[in-house]
Amino acid sequence: MSKKLVIDPVTRIEGHGKVTIQLDDNNQVVDAKLHVVEFRGFEKFIQGHPYWEAPMLLQRICGICFVSHHLCGAKALDDMVGVGYSTGTKMLPTPEKMRRLGHYAQQLQSHVTAYFYLIVPEMLFGMDAPPEQRNVLGLVEADPDLVKRVVALRKWGQETIKAVLGKRMHGISSVPGGVNQNLSIEARDRLLNGEDGLISIDEVIEFAQDGLNLFYDFHEKNREQVDTFADVPALNMCLVDDDGNVDYYHGKMRIVDKNKEIVTELNYHDYLDHFSEATEEWSYMKFPFLKDLGREKGSVRVGPLARVNVTKTYADDTPLAKAALERFHDYTKGKANDMTLHTNWARAIEILHSAEQIKVLLSDPDLQKDQLVITPPEGAWTGEGVGVVEAPRGTLLHHYRANEEGNITFANLVVATTQNNTVMNRSVRSVAEDYLGGNAEITEGMMNAIEVSIRAYDPCLSCATHAAGQMPLIVSVLDSKGELVNEFVR
Amino acid sequence: MSIKVTIDGKEVSARDGDNIIDVAAENGVYIPSLCYVKGKPCLGTCRTCSVKVNGNVMAACTIPVAEGMEIEVNEPEVTDMRKALVELLFSEGNHNCPSCEKSGRCELQATGYEVDMMVSRFPYRFTPRVVDHSSKTIFLQRDRCIFCQRCVDMIRDEKTGEKIFSIKGRGTHARIEIDTDLANEMSPQQVREASDLCPVGCIIDSTQGYDDPIGKRKFEVKTIRDRALERTHR
Ligand code: SF4
Ligand code: SF4
Ligand SMILES: [Fe+2]
Repeated sequence: MSKKLVIDPVTRIEGHGKVTIQLDDNNQVVDAKLHVVEFRGFEKFIQGHPYWEAPMLLQRICGICFVSHHLCGAKALDDMVGVGYSTGTKMLPTPEKMRRLGHYAQQLQSHVTAYFYLIVPEMLFGMDAPPEQRNVLGLVEADPDLVKRVVALRKWGQETIKAVLGKRMHGISSVPGGVNQNLSIEARDRLLNGEDGLISIDEVIEFAQDGLNLFYDFHEKNREQVDTFADVPALNMCLVDDDGNVDYYHGKMRIVDKNKEIVTELNYHDYLDHFSEATEEWSYMKFPFLKDLGREKGSVRVGPLARVNVTKTYADDTPLAKAALERFHDYTKGKANDMTLHTNWARAIEILHSAEQIKVLLSDPDLQKDQLVITPPEGAWTGEGVGVVEAPRGTLLHHYRANEEGNITFANLVVATTQNNTVMNRSVRSVAEDYLGGNAEITEGMMNAIEVSIRAYDPCLSCATHAAGQMPLIVSVLDSKGELVNEFVR
Repeated sequence: MSIKVTIDGKEVSARDGDNIIDVAAENGVYIPSLCYVKGKPCLGTCRTCSVKVNGNVMAACTIPVAEGMEIEVNEPEVTDMRKALVELLFSEGNHNCPSCEKSGRCELQATGYEVDMMVSRFPYRFTPRVVDHSSKTIFLQRDRCIFCQRCVDMIRDEKTGEKIFSIKGRGTHARIEIDTDLANEMSPQQVREASDLCPVGCIIDSTQGYDDPIGKRKFEVKTIRDRALERTHR
């Protein structure tokens, strides 16, 4: 009799997921799948709305990476009104830098939340630790000082987002062709120097370094586990600038292989010419892949690990992150890094990179200038737009069409979690084989190993907000006829 | 001629013939309203300004004060009635403030805050209403129309005086219509005027949007209550 394990919901990741592991009679893994619900609803809902509502409405998909959705939509609208990258127009410096500032702040915020609240407890207490401990509450007990710093970091990130978008969540900054405000000197100085109850940018950078050191320690002590856990192949993709370095706001899509050779490089407006999407009846989430290479070889990884794999280096004005990146690159001797848990290393590097990039931006007088919008010339309307940014979790794409009257007629979103669908499934399968295969007894630690493999991608499974903490985990063991033979609830 | 009335038990003097909204505002008492525009003929369509006059519920914008009149504004029963009227407006249309261009400048939204509305006690009707974007400069977002008739009465073709907006159909079939040809003749200033006049985000100037940053939008800078009270200081 073959058994089927179901983990549902996958805890401490955004939204709901469900894992099924199919065992044979000898408890060997024969298959492992991650099932995901996606949000087609939003794409439908926006139809018929005035085009400019899209970035305002669609950012509501997510309570964490809303700035990315907002910006992605804004870039699509720039195209649509005829002043976007598709028309060869270059964004004015002030709006571009304001958008970047909001974007980097959200990257910092999102990574800090994922890293310190979800991943650090796992690193400190171990995967086998009881779930009551392996969370942010456990962290409060073990290291209250660290938690204080994390709270201060998040507060700073929120204040920066608020300074740009007007609200800590779901604010508005971008309008077609630009932004609706610049950064006041007072707001800038507050963020640079801090004030009572708010840390300074230098402290942000210092805390970010502490975060990275936590990974180094953990890696030192658990090298074997960290390096072998879900070491799964995939191509790596991210947006790069003309020098081949990651650009979180704009660039070409570059895809590299294990040897960091460029497999394809494309203008993201041509995304659909290069990618296909496979569907499976067991998941609502699609499986994008490069047409030329087919699904097996042409699936990409996006997000922190992919970006540090793709980027050649970082700019000189972010020296700490640049040095950290070199150490990362040296570890795999110039090859792309496929070790899933190293995503957390990459994430910690990116926290530092965001912080340093923000510091550079805050010192840029362009942020106080007041040319905020390019007004489209008569007849520039194109009615179609594509926006792509590097969201915290990876490459995010919004594609809209509107009719002559300005009604949205079509919207398609390809989110990072979808891009990662195949590689996430590979990770689940790999961990299932290593941790479950051949064992008759299913332990808490094993179940958690599966989750850890998924959580490394920090997936927004329904892009809905779920608080960090304890969610009931239900494991159902089904036989080959789909009948429940065992259930595991914690 | 000066007369005496009482508002919530307090005697005040008023000019004979002024309507209750204005008299109350002059005496520091805010009465919410969504169709009344100071200095324009009363429309009396929204009923949000309902108060008790000598014990009977009436729309304050429609009633001129008279000697000895007893007006109750902040009386619990009628206060809740006003709130119910605002809730009805939300449940009748399709409102989605977070992405609405009017958000922060919207009188309905601002009034919702003033009457402490949290959620509508009435079921949402999800009335299907088709948008009309046929004019060059106006997005007509019918989902949000509250049929106040401000646009119908107050926005007219600058040359001929003809109406640009009209309401067709009755009851649940009522819909706001726009004369696309006349609308296309509107000057940018008139388009702005129309979109500012519309208390909700139904008449939207499609040439420029979301330009006021959050925190600096009309009713965030000064509440609708303060504006209503100030407007009447002569
Ligand atoms: S019209 Fe006013 S109440 Fe309606 S959605 Fe827009 S902001 Fe909200
Ligand atoms: S369109 Fe606006 S101004 Fe005209 S009736 Fe409707 S709500 Fe009133
Ligand atoms: Fe998200």
